[in-house]
Amino acid sequence: MNTILENPTQTTLANAPAWLADRRTAGLEQFKALPMPSARDEMWRFASVGRLSIDGFNVTDAPAAETLTALVERSNLITKREGLSVYVDDSPAAFEGISEALSAKGVVYLPIAEAIAQHPELMEKYFLKESTELGSEKFFGLHAASVKAGSVLYVPKGVEIEKPFVNYYWTSGARAAVFPHTLVIAEDNAKASVVDIFFSETEENEALNVSVSNIHAGAGANVFRKIVQDWNEKTVSFQLDTTVADRDAQVKNVAVNIGAERARFENQTRIEGPGADVKMYSLTVAEENQEFDQRTFQTHNAGNAVSDLLYKNALLDNARTIFSGLIKVAEGAQQTDAYQTNRNLLLDPTAEANALPGLEILANDVKCSHGATTGNVDEDELFYMMSRGISKRVAMQLMVFGFFEEVIEKVESDELAENLRILIRNKFESKIK
Amino acid sequence: MNTLEIKNLNVSIDGQAILKDFSLTIPKGEVHALMGPNGTGKSTLAKVIAGHEDYTVESGEVLLDGVNILGGEPDDIAKAGLFLAFQYPLEIPGVSIANFIRAARQARLPEGEDINAVEYYKELYAKMDALKMDRKFTARSLNEGFSGGEKKRCEILQMSMLDPKYCIMDETDSGLDIDALRIVSEGVNLMRSEERGFLVITHYQRLLDYIVPDVVHVMFDGRIVHSGDAELAKELESKGYDWVKEEFVGAPA
Repeated sequence: MNTILENPTQTTLANAPAWLADRRTAGLEQFKALPMPSARDEMWRFASVGRLSIDGFNVTDAPAAETLTALVERSNLITKREGLSVYVDDSPAAFEGISEALSAKGVVYLPIAEAIAQHPELMEKYFLKESTELGSEKFFGLHAASVKAGSVLYVPKGVEIEKPFVNYYWTSGARAAVFPHTLVIAEDNAKASVVDIFFSETEENEALNVSVSNIHAGAGANVFRKIVQDWNEKTVSFQLDTTVADRDAQVKNVAVNIGAERARFENQTRIEGPGADVKMYSLTVAEENQEFDQRTFQTHNAGNAVSDLLYKNALLDNARTIFSGLIKVAEGAQQTDAYQTNRNLLLDPTAEANALPGLEILANDVKCSHGATTGNVDEDELFYMMSRGISKRVAMQLMVFGFFEEVIEKVESDELAENLRILIRNKFESKIK
Repeated sequence: MNTLEIKNLNVSIDGQAILKDFSLTIPKGEVHALMGPNGTGKSTLAKVIAGHEDYTVESGEVLLDGVNILGGEPDDIAKAGLFLAFQYPLEIPGVSIANFIRAARQARLPEGEDINAVEYYKELYAKMDALKMDRKFTARSLNEGFSGGEKKRCEILQMSMLDPKYCIMDETDSGLDIDALRIVSEGVNLMRSEERGFLVITHYQRLLDYIVPDVVHVMFDGRIVHSGDAELAKELESKGYDWVKEEFVGAPA
């Protein structure tokens, strides 16, 4: 079968510069050279690698115009925004660029191909430069070889933008392979926020996603990135995300994971300057036979900085989650504060949550903590709520929403928070009897 | 019919008898205090009536206005008109007070009928003002990080919003300073009416200075051993509970 995985080819963009061709070739070589993940690999511990059915997916042609129109219509989670891009099966469907005022300040918000054509030096410096170190290097290679869809946001020194840039990545065609890419570069003291939203057209269209997102936060920059992953449950997804934070940068990542049959999420933070403060928050609703495989890495190469991670998972049915987190404090990175918390709420006895928290500390004056808890619904809490007349089903729902509220509040947008609550409610309200 | 009637209730946990042929009738319009030493079964009584499933009911009935509620689901018992104010209210992270009480009120409405949000908040704020609770509390997670006094005020707020026919208050005075005790008691006194009965469980007489009972019962070893008027509570306060053990149960062998 002639599919992207069995016979991967490089994507070529018109007038592509040599550096890009080199990175694509290197990616392709990396993809071909590295073996498929194996259960024996520590980076894939507990993952059902046998269920990695990534054969038979391929890059598809652009969907019909009416499909694009319909999906642009449905790209409505956030109405107050500075810019918008919508891609369907990696084909552009809509793009709302920035105002002239922002352009005049040097802000860039463009689809990748245009960014490469118009800002080659910027792209050479940042595009496809941050791979993953968490096990999916092979798939990063495939992404580098194949990526064509995605948006680049560049905010120059001192420019602050309040409203978010919203990127929608849809799948639509049969067995489509997609390679979305979001690149955010915030120069010193710049401020920006980005929302990436992953949706499927129907409940049935099978898809493979290998997405990459790289954030570069300069000194004193403030970046807020939100991710809504709500693929259908016929999707195999790899999200390979990195954050690099310089001196005094503040970066907040909030990920909401609802969809996919199998979702591997690799999320790395690298602190390169003192005073940086990076937050990594995630909530996941896992049901049926879904598997969410979350691998995180907080690297402190500079001292006096903070990283804080909170991953919360609620599990139903036969769902599985894997959380594997590592904090690494480099030699000399004194007065590091690094925290890592994973909380799992098991709503069915057949669900399975695995946790592998880890620390590697080479400095001696640090505050680090890591912890994982896995528990069932608290019977005393349930009795308390029911003693007010609330049915068991509603009480369970309130408790699960309460469990998530800690993360949902962190998106700091009433509109998005409410939309997230609806997405979560739609997914599992009928499940709790 | 206008009574909460506990008849010959026998309850055990892990084979050990806790309530022994316990009987008590609380008519609407009256406040009954239930006093007694620790470990005598007071809190068990409260939880069993409210539908807690950890206990084994051997025999007996609890008739709320003539209808047996014993063994029902806690939410059904609550909807029948019973409210239990907890000794140790649970913390429910991420569920705001406003949403929690609203869900409880919604549960009392017929299918398809919704709460009028404007009227609901008006009532909620008025009742919070009466309990001297900051209105900002409505958005806070239920009992999470609350002081002892705040938790008990929140119990009384719920009690007042849910308009029960019978209230059981389990050691509501524990963990309260004198100011909080006064505020909580005022909240309860405002709810006293011909339409409502109270069972106030307490270890100390102090609470009964503020919520003056119509009848005081002394409980020991799983049953009521003596009943009297409000003066009985004062007597207990001065003489202690050893007096009870000697007089009504007999000195230990």
